[in-house]
Amino acid sequence: MSNSLDSYLVLSGLLFAIGTFGFLARRNAISMLMSIELMLNAVNLTILAFGAFIAPLKTHAAVIALIVIAVAAAEATVGLAIIIAIYRNKKTPLVDEYDSMKD
Amino acid sequence: MPIGDSIPLVGIRWDDALFVVLAATLLISAVLVVTMRDIIRCGLSLTVSFASLAGIYALLGNPLVAATQVLVYIGAISVLILFAIMLTQTKNAPARLVFQTQVWIAAVAAMVIGNVIAVTALTTTWPNLGDRVSTVTADVARLLFHDYVLPFEIVSVLLTAAVVGGIYLARREPDRREGDRS
Repeated sequence: MSNSLDSYLVLSGLLFAIGTFGFLARRNAISMLMSIELMLNAVNLTILAFGAFIAPLKTHAAVIALIVIAVAAAEATVGLAIIIAIYRNKKTPLVDEYDSMKD
Repeated sequence: MPIGDSIPLVGIRWDDALFVVLAATLLISAVLVVTMRDIIRCGLSLTVSFASLAGIYALLGNPLVAATQVLVYIGAISVLILFAIMLTQTKNAPARLVFQTQVWIAAVAAMVIGNVIAVTALTTTWPNLGDRVSTVTADVARLLFHDYVLPFEIVSVLLTAAVVGGIYLARREPDRREGDRS
């Protein structure tokens, strides 16, 4: 089971689906960011699974995964800073109350 | 003392047992992240899912990426998220009504995406498929600082820009505050 690529790919597909659900369904902006982190982790798992099972990709996958982790860290920093800035103006973390562009 | 290839008496291989345990922890904690009411608990559950994912990376034979996962995700991003939760959640920001109104559509969309990915992964025959091999960290370093040196430098610039941008966005604006008071 742990020695077949399929089980890892299905696992990461499930993780990505859970992240999608959280991103679409949650009202809290920080919950949405957490769901995005879950999706990025699923992508990383896919990259590393391919790298572990397909010999020509072996080392490249690890390097690409490291770069993806760094970019995800940058994304989390900016995303959380934006949420804190919006919170300071609107006094709510719920995304469905961010409706000033409607008026 | 070396332990055998499989669990004694039961006969399941250690790898398989570890994979099942880690995958179950990962999926359960991920579901808790997106469904729990209390957002602090969501953040802690997210940490658990990062940790089990680090275990899966180690199982895939990638100790360097597993260590990076622990350092960056558990050590930095989880703490960042927990601090942001503490800064942005008011007491009256309701624990009631966790989900948007279109929660059923979201559930259907997520199920469709999960099924499409799973079916595609199971029906495709991948070329050059071999057995699981571990990655040598020295090779990763050689490749990162030789072939991938340009992406590496670009990522370092991007991280600097992101940190400066984050500080700029999240800082208090002293002028406006004083204007409010006067």
